[in-house]
Amino acid sequence: MKALSDIRITTALALVVLVGGGQLLPDWALFLMTIALAKGLVSLGIVMQMRAGLVSFGQGLFFCIGAYVSGLMANFTGVTDIFLLTALAVLACLAVGGAFGPLLANYRGIFFAMLSLSLSMILYGVLSKMNSLGGTDGLNVAAPTFAGYAPEGRDLSMTLYLYTVVIVVFIGAMLRTGFDSQHGLVSLAIRSNELRVEYLGASVRRTNAINYVISAVLGGIGGVITGLAIGHVDPEYAYWTTSGEFVFVAILAGYLSIPAVFVASIILELVRSFSNLYFPNTWQMVLGVFLLVIILALPNGLGSLFQRRREGGS
Amino acid sequence: MSDSSTGATPALETRGLMKSFGAVTAAHDITVSVPEKAVWSLIGTNGAGKTTFVNMVTGYLHPDEGTILFQGRDITRLGPREVTRAGICRSFQIPQLCSELTVLENMLVSLAIADPKPPSFFRKARESAAEDRAMQILKRFRIEEYRGRLMSELPAGVRKLLDIAMSMSGHPKVMLLDEPTSGVAAEEKFPIMDLVMEALAAENVTTLFVEHDMEIVTRYSDRVLAFYDGRIIADDAPGDVLNDPQVQRYVTGTLAPEATS
Repeated sequence: MKALSDIRITTALALVVLVGGGQLLPDWALFLMTIALAKGLVSLGIVMQMRAGLVSFGQGLFFCIGAYVSGLMANFTGVTDIFLLTALAVLACLAVGGAFGPLLANYRGIFFAMLSLSLSMILYGVLSKMNSLGGTDGLNVAAPTFAGYAPEGRDLSMTLYLYTVVIVVFIGAMLRTGFDSQHGLVSLAIRSNELRVEYLGASVRRTNAINYVISAVLGGIGGVITGLAIGHVDPEYAYWTTSGEFVFVAILAGYLSIPAVFVASIILELVRSFSNLYFPNTWQMVLGVFLLVIILALPNGLGSLFQRRREGGS
Repeated sequence: MSDSSTGATPALETRGLMKSFGAVTAAHDITVSVPEKAVWSLIGTNGAGKTTFVNMVTGYLHPDEGTILFQGRDITRLGPREVTRAGICRSFQIPQLCSELTVLENMLVSLAIADPKPPSFFRKARESAAEDRAMQILKRFRIEEYRGRLMSELPAGVRKLLDIAMSMSGHPKVMLLDEPTSGVAAEEKFPIMDLVMEALAAENVTTLFVEHDMEIVTRYSDRVLAFYDGRIIADDAPGDVLNDPQVQRYVTGTLAPEATS
């Protein structure tokens, strides 16, 4: 019961801070926060898999699918309702994740990473060659509506930010419950000793497939929000460098804490924005040095600052 | 299908198991019939085929030929997970524990998996009933004081006991222990075996254990299988097997090997 109330308190606190803080943010920061939180969801999916010892280098696949759902629906059907678009992105990613998850769950280490990357690069290649879907230029995405409400200007940015905050906090609370669940503990056991888990009678493949599908859904939600926030989608969403950024955030955050993932994502967006401003040609170098320092100082990522291992096993 | 002495279905039966790794024959016509609640030991020098036998029975290796029956059911082609679910568990010569988890968390993992339903995303791993059950098992093996420790902080004997305790959380019908006292301090061997055998006997578990220490073999097993070169060269009560000249020559080393011309 204590853990449950801890989650509720953290959830309420996160909502108050993010919603309240958002009112004070200037437009550029509101946009940056929306993007960072949405992309944080995608990285959270990688963290989910990292807890079972796998790292996906192809999370851009689902990020791109989610984003293209918003672009395609707006351009070909006129649907702009964000709730409907999010639901469709979830369904699309469930279908694709459900189709490939059981296959990829047979692989480990670099093979899993490269296979997941290859899937996202196939999508990148297909989208780049399909002129009917905008080719390499991509598609513009109409501004979203919210169950009939069609805000503009600052109101639109604020409403989209609040929508993102609610989703992030809800999913964060759900995943915290999941991390503390039987499934979550078995995932950590797989990370430590896969053979032991099989000899206890659990299916490692099943656990990895479930984690993959959940991470697919998170990728899709992150993609649809990002597509709507930027107002444009293109094949770069599935490109390997995009997937690499999600891995960067996951490594920066570590697998211990959920808030750390979003903090890491915000840090990445801030470093990217300011480095782009002040060191436009060398911003990746700044990012690399930053990651190096974090790995050396905090091998378990920023999350180890948020959550130390409990002593006494209780 | 039935145990010849009692007519009952054996807990575990193997018929003509064969296994080769290239030119090396690790198992040659291994046929055994283990009755319910029996405690048998497997002895032999390194490379004699004991662990290959354990690995075949527990699904890690599949025999090239032959059949493995558990309570009359053919389990020859099942993998480790299905064999465990069927009711055959094992411990390892090198304890297979989850190094990033504490002792209590290791037990919670084994209990969550032992549940007939798959581990749930919505059921807390640390709910009080599960923790109480885990603590009961840790107390039974007298390792509850280590509950919050990580594997790297545990003595060898505690690792062995935890490995066995985790295997027992699924209430197996047959347990295979691979060298349960190897790497353990001499003075800890008998206390560890006492604890393990007491726990297994309390649940009427049919037990086979691989062992090199003949004192332990004599004290705890009611039958001994002596392996040599992938074959069973003796199969009888401990006193008879240990007095067998072939066993003394090829397993215990108390007789000099026969000279070859």
